[in-house]
This record gives sequence, structure tokens and C-alpha cells, in this order.
Amino acid sequence: MDPVAAKFIGAGLASLGMGLAAIGVGTIFGNFLSGALRNPSAADGQFPRAFIGAALAEGLGIFAFVVALVLLFVV
Amino acid sequence: MAAGGGIDPIHQFHIAPIVELKPFGIDLSFTNSTLWMVIVLAVVSAIMIYGSSQRSVVPGRLQSLAEMAYEFVASTMTGVMGKDGLKFFPFVFSLFMFVLASNLLGLIPGSFTVTSQIIVTAALALLVICIVVIYGVVKHGSHFFGLFVPSGVPGWLLPFMVLIEAVSFLSRPVSLSLRLFGNMLAGHIALKVFGGFVVALLGSGAVLSYAIAPLPLLLAVALTALEVLVAVLQAYVFAILTCVYLNDALHPGH
Repeated sequence: MDPVAAKFIGAGLASLGMGLAAIGVGTIFGNFLSGALRNPSAADGQFPRAFIGAALAEGLGIFAFVVALVLLFVV
Repeated sequence: MAAGGGIDPIHQFHIAPIVELKPFGIDLSFTNSTLWMVIVLAVVSAIMIYGSSQRSVVPGRLQSLAEMAYEFVASTMTGVMGKDGLKFFPFVFSLFMFVLASNLLGLIPGSFTVTSQIIVTAALALLVICIVVIYGVVKHGSHFFGLFVPSGVPGWLLPFMVLIEAVSFLSRPVSLSLRLFGNMLAGHIALKVFGGFVVALLGSGAVLSYAIAPLPLLLAVALTALEVLVAVLQAYVFAILTCVYLNDALHPGH
């Protein structure tokens, strides 16, 4: 295969990881919201935890994004 | 990599020296990155010093801004670390304000985003982790390494758990720096790509392309609004993860 083509295909495959991380972030906030609507008084206390979880899940998507960028612009 | 009509979306992250300084072969040039770090520092200092100089009972705009920032970080810190975590307040507050100001100032068109350079975010993350390790070892001695030994784990599983905990601890500075860097980089590249679509459509000369050129412009405006949210959110995430890591140094042992 042409190395340039392989590079672009690799970057495209790496960006799949960002979509998968989006599923994780969506799950976290969806569950947070469903819990918060059941018990709104407890929601404020768990707000930072929801963001910590979302940040950790999002970080893995960012790793995939950095891999794609490295493939596009550095390698 | 010309995306969006010959406009290089990576060019905005280019570091150009303003004043060349190379004593003894070490590059200490005053670059545009340095300039914007100084601007960020000046803005944060001006807001906090001027905002806290009035000390009126009914705060004005700038004073309420300074008080809100203080209250926000202080309540976040007590929520994660408890009251004794407030001894780290100056550190976490400086980090939060620096990251927040450089994220927001980076959104001004034509400016330079300091936090979109991985060396800046990596230095900040390494500073956090070094403080965690040094404070933890000085304060708790070998008890600090109880962090890597989760309680209630069967003996045969323990070596693997210690290995996993150690790897997860060592990957913290990597993920902390890459998260901020990646978010800023991704947002600014997306803005530039959509801006490039507008230029490419207007430059193509066809009648139809003039009609659809406003669409990417509207998307760029919407993306800018999203980027303001991301800028604040990432500063918050950086601060709160710093609190979580500092909490491990303050209260180790499961």
C-alpha cells in the first residue's frame, strides 16, 4: 500500500477512538442526569465526580486524537 | 497538509521568536508564546490585585469577579480534600487562573493559545505530580506508598494490583497534560478548518458557493461558543484533578 494512503487510513482509524470516548462521556452524563432527576438534592454534591469521570473518559479520546494528529502532521 | 483551501490549520501554533536571545548556545528567545504568557499573567494579576484592593462590603464588578473565582476554587477544594486541603489553595488557584486565562485569551482571534503547546501543559502537570510525590513522601514517609496497595485484595492478586496502581499513577501526568493540550489543539484546529471553508468557498468564484459560504461561518461562530465552554471546563477539570491528586498526598492509604 502507498505509505501516504496508509497514513491517512491510520489517522481515520484513530479518530474512531474519539467517537468511542464520546459514548463513554455520554454514558456518564446520562447516568448522572437520570440519578440527579430522581434525587435532585443529592445532585450538587456529586457534580465534581461526574466531571472527574467525564474528564478521565474524555482523556482516552484525546489520546486517540493525538495519535491521529501525530500521523497527519508529524510522521 | 492543506485543509480548507490551502490554509494551514497548524500554522497558528507556530512559535516565532520576537527577541532573539541565545546566550551560550541555549535558546532563551522571547517568543510569541512567552509574550502571551506575560499577557496572561498581567491580566490575572490585574484582576486579582485591583479586584481585591477596594474591599467594599457591596462588591463592584471586578471585586465580585475576584471573589467568585476565590469562592469557586475554595469550595471545590474543600469538597474534594476537606478543610486541611486549603493549605494548597495558592497553588491550585494560580494553576486554575493561569489555565483559565490562557484558554480564554487564546480564543481572541489572532492571539496565541499558551495551553495548546504540550510543553506548557506537560510542565504544569509535572509540577503537580512532583508536588504530590514530594509532599506525600515528606509528610507520610513510606506510608505514602500504601497508595499503590489497595486494601481487601486477595494475596495472589496483590502484585498485579500494585502494578496496575503504579502504572495508573505514572500515567497521571501524561493524561493530565495531554487532556488540556488535546482539547485546546482540537478546538483551535476545528475553528481554523471551518474558517478555511469560508475562504475556500468565497475564493472559488462559483455563484452557488457564495450562497453556501455563510453556513461554515455560522458553524464557526457556534464552535467559538462551544470553545468558550470547553476553555472554562478544561480549566475546572485541570484544577479538580489537581485536587484529587493532592488528596492522595494529603490522605494516603485506602
